Amino acid sequence: MSVTTATSSPTRTLAIDASGLAKSYGDKVVLDGVDLSIPEGTVFSLLGPNGAGKTTTVQILSTLIPADRGTARIAGHDLADDADAIRDVIGVTGQFAAVDGLLNAEENLRLMADLNHLSRAEGRRRADELLARFDLTEAARKPVVTFSGGMRRKLDLAMTLVGNPRVIFLDEPTTGLDPRSRRTMWEMIRGLVDDQGVTIFLTTQYLEEADELADSIAVLDGGRLVAHGTAEELKQRIPGGHIRLQFDSAAQLQGAFHLFPAAGRDDEALTLQIPSDGSIATLRAVLDVLDGNRVQARSLTVHTPDLDDVFLTLTAGAGSVPTPDVPKENDR
Amino acid sequence: MSTPSYAMRDSMTMLRRNLKHAQRYPSMSLSTIAMPVLMLLLFNYVFGRALGDGIGGTEAGATGAGGDYIDYIAPGIILMAATSGAVATAVSICSDMTEGIVNRFRTMPISRASFLTGHVVGSVIQTMVSIACVVLVALAIGFRPNANPGEWIAAAGLLALLTLALTWLAAGIGLVTKKVETASNIPLPLTFLPFLGSAIVPPESMPSGMRWFADYQPFTPLIETLRGLLMGTGIGNDGYISVAWCLGLAVVGYVWAKRAFAKGVRN
Repeated sequence: MSVTTATSSPTRTLAIDASGLAKSYGDKVVLDGVDLSIPEGTVFSLLGPNGAGKTTTVQILSTLIPADRGTARIAGHDLADDADAIRDVIGVTGQFAAVDGLLNAEENLRLMADLNHLSRAEGRRRADELLARFDLTEAARKPVVTFSGGMRRKLDLAMTLVGNPRVIFLDEPTTGLDPRSRRTMWEMIRGLVDDQGVTIFLTTQYLEEADELADSIAVLDGGRLVAHGTAEELKQRIPGGHIRLQFDSAAQLQGAFHLFPAAGRDDEALTLQIPSDGSIATLRAVLDVLDGNRVQARSLTVHTPDLDDVFLTLTAGAGSVPTPDVPKENDR
Repeated sequence: MSTPSYAMRDSMTMLRRNLKHAQRYPSMSLSTIAMPVLMLLLFNYVFGRALGDGIGGTEAGATGAGGDYIDYIAPGIILMAATSGAVATAVSICSDMTEGIVNRFRTMPISRASFLTGHVVGSVIQTMVSIACVVLVALAIGFRPNANPGEWIAAAGLLALLTLALTWLAAGIGLVTKKVETASNIPLPLTFLPFLGSAIVPPESMPSGMRWFADYQPFTPLIETLRGLLMGTGIGNDGYISVAWCLGLAVVGYVWAKRAFAKGVRN
């Protein structure tokens, strides 16, 4: 199954183009033929329960581990032949903040500048700029061990940005952050795409995060992609969407039920739930039927399934929404 | 791209990082120095008379100027500073591996060798500084070597070679262990090997099984060579045997560490 965002045109360059990626550890198949095509300048989000293979996908695409099978090109460079060229254009921020706890924030950024072979002056300029942008200037000289989780993540992302990456892998960048820090991270991620046109490959266990950020979403389950599309497309794919009519009296409810025998009826709440694909045509048809038969409803709400519904339906085999307590895949 | 010039530059960056760690958190380096200094004080002031008298009748009694016990034990204990440096190396590499930072390095366009090179060179420098401190303490409490400048240089060279060998071994240990505690425990037997050699008492005074072990383990020829260089006792073949041991251990450690690092991310 392949993934392309709805906004992409055939001429748009692909930042990530992978086909048939597979990886096993002993008998355990982690990835079983994953195809991805992610256009430049978009946010792609990979969803999946724990153990679905999200981190393994990131590790393969970011040159950390080789795939057993399959090919991939990142920013036009072949993963198997030209890993160094790929490392030149990517940035990775993993699940656990990869910062040097024994250095301070400024030294961490300068270390990245040195490793990106920037000149001393350029390195200093870049470090100062990123400290300011991530609101870390005041804490620049404090040891990183004293940082809060949110500050460490911000520093981690700042370190990733020192090398001006064109493709950034964010592996669960906001896991364990409080809602405010999460919002801040989201704004920064959005800013990167909007201002600098970078491509973001995001894995997350927060469906809200994917909904908020991603141009396209793929759902990974048991090492295979089980769905792809925009958040809206995914929501429409699964059943559960309905139009909910609220009535004032049992007589009105009874009258309406005659018109929509397939609808779910709740006599106590005086509501009727009519299955719907969420389209305007369906809505108009429902209203026309009500009007034509002079049935009065007090209010109407359109319920579309949210990503939680999508996720639970698509990954039913896995049994649960991801929880953060399972040992993570990038443990040594 | 990891061109040769970047390999050098990246290794220097990693070395600076390593030395900054040591400077910022000196407790590990200090304990590297403290252990041998403690041994030196203990064996000189507490056990010195009994042990010194005990070995007085042996060949070692004829050793060095006036046959002071400090002159007998100082070379062996100076050498222990090299072994305790290995513990610090294993710990610092293992703690780097357990943090996400190594994975970050691996996804950057830097020389693959620079991480280990920076660590090993940094550790060798730190251990040599520790050794120098232990030598100074030994001199301060009465160690009186009769070496000429050439012999001092040879002694320093031998210690540097041993340190390099032990550091590569320790790097391998740090890479394959999953917990910092394990990384700090595994090299500990190394630090005791000199005791089971000729560091404290001559092997001739040991029970025969022990003596056989002492004669064939690497630290005995190393200690004898160092003692010979500093105190003028006979070296014989021990010099060649020592260099061979060091080179052998260095190659084994180097190959092992390189392989362990190249194996990459474990899941």
